[in-house]
Amino acid sequence: MKTFDYARADSPEAAVAAADEETRFIAGGTNLLDLMKLQVMTPAKLVDISRLDLNRIEDMDEGGLRIGALVANSDLAADTRVRSRYAVLSRALLAGASGQLRNKASTGGNLLQRTRCYYFYDTASRCNKREPGSGCDAREGFNRIHAVLGTSEQCIATHPGDMPVAMRALDVVIVTLKKDGDRRRIPIADFYRLPGDTPQIETVLYPGELITHVELPPAPRGRQIYRKVRDRASYAFALVSVAGIASVEDGRIASAALAFGGLAHMPWRDPAVEAALIGQPPSTEAFNAAADALLTGARGFGHNDFKLPLARRTLIAVLRDLTGDAS
Amino acid sequence: MQFTINGQVHEADVDIRTSLLDLAREHLGLTGSKKGCDHGQCGACTMIVNGRRINSCLTLAVMHQDDDIVTIEGLGGPDALNPLQRAFVTHDAFQCGYCTPGQICSATAMIEEARMGWPSHVSERLDGDVILDNDEISERMSGNICRCAAYPNIVDAIREVAEAGA
Ligand SMILES: Cc1cc2nc3c(=O)[nH]c(=O)nc-3n(C[C@H](O)[C@H](O)[C@H](O)COP(=O)(O)OP(=O)(O)OC[C@H]3O[C@@H](n4cnc5c(N)ncnc54)[C@H](O)[C@@H]3O)c2cc1C
Ligand code: SF4
Repeated sequence: MKTFDYARADSPEAAVAAADEETRFIAGGTNLLDLMKLQVMTPAKLVDISRLDLNRIEDMDEGGLRIGALVANSDLAADTRVRSRYAVLSRALLAGASGQLRNKASTGGNLLQRTRCYYFYDTASRCNKREPGSGCDAREGFNRIHAVLGTSEQCIATHPGDMPVAMRALDVVIVTLKKDGDRRRIPIADFYRLPGDTPQIETVLYPGELITHVELPPAPRGRQIYRKVRDRASYAFALVSVAGIASVEDGRIASAALAFGGLAHMPWRDPAVEAALIGQPPSTEAFNAAADALLTGARGFGHNDFKLPLARRTLIAVLRDLTGDAS
Repeated sequence: MQFTINGQVHEADVDIRTSLLDLAREHLGLTGSKKGCDHGQCGACTMIVNGRRINSCLTLAVMHQDDDIVTIEGLGGPDALNPLQRAFVTHDAFQCGYCTPGQICSATAMIEEARMGWPSHVSERLDGDVILDNDEISERMSGNICRCAAYPNIVDAIREVAEAGA
């Protein structure tokens, strides 16, 4: 590990004041230190935000919840309000990592965790995300875990997170504090970026911008499901995951929100998928139409070709469970 | 820097990069916690910090100066094994023993999590009491890898203690 300066912040304002271009905030450290040990990330300075008073989950006036950026994944999953009103979020969190990691992993850090692309982790490989302009060894290499939607010439990596997929279906808002003292409220739909020509830039955050909270809107109608498909039954990243929320009224799908993990550089959501469902009676035809809409423009890179049929089947299975008879 | 480990205060002057695991093993002579992967994947380094199990390899010592840190040495020693340690012996829940300190620290905190009613990925419902059956124990302990695959006996040992405490 390269050495670095270390400072512990005692307020969000102090944290952003201490941050410069070469700084990273450290929360749980479970992703950052992993990458620093491998010298994939080499920040000159760490600002320790782990003691900030941002570890509460509060009720909001309109019925939603405001989650502090430092709330641990385990606490968020176990919160009784989240369990009863946002089951998809609890389920996504519980499907991720291990008991030990969830105790450390923070809400903000989880949103910003970086890809598990093998070549990103291996400093001997070419990787445009790690070293812009060096090339991408994944395109022609082992790309079993890579993206099939929204890829670019420069990068085909996925966002590996589970929690952010549920948050995408729930339409959370990410609240930040900028260096100049301004606060921003960024809908998660606008938070992540596709790789394009700058795969090293993953979100719309400015350097030194701190996530302070994540706001959950009032609980949605209908059933909520998180389904994660992976190489082993526990403690593995998603190959494909689906966060689904839907309600059925008078025999027709009245509302639907579907977000996908393992398919793209960001938690993926496509309005065409939901449009193919709303107003339709739940049926194999409607579910296939939704899958067709999802996979328009999808392409594999060899080892990950299986993700196309897997995404279709997982989506259909989730839609069956969301709209099937309550028994 | 000052650290409280197993109720004892230790002073150590360490490089800023030192992980909590390396602090204990290399600087304080507490070698019970093991280094397996050093990347949070195997669980051999599990310690209990402020009552919670964490991977001590993926955190910096400097971040834990005000914390209450417990390692396997703090749970019991050869002359005074705690119930989980004894159950691991009775059930032959290890072969080479390298993962065992991490397994025991992890299980200790895991049983508390279940008592608090925390659900898991395999829990049918998100509410209600948690019953630590084999599936629940396996899922909740998935962050602790055993290269010898002593899993059936590890699960038996943990279940015995969980049931006795229930
Ligand atoms: C073995 C292993 C298995 C895993 N399995 C899964 C899995 O199955 N599913 C899954 O979703 N995740 C998984 N993870 C990843 C884990 O969820 C992340 O490492 C964790 O969520 C990161 O949170 P953290 O608080 O530790 O972040 P840190 O490591 O502290 O930070 C990560 C990044 O976010 C930045 N940051 C942190 N907080 C803020 C903030 N408030 N404002 C601005 N920037 C911030 C940091 O600067 C850093 O760049 C796994 C990790 C490991 C090691
Ligand atoms: S897919 Fe992206 S992260 Fe992976 S090697 Fe290519 S550029 Fe790097």
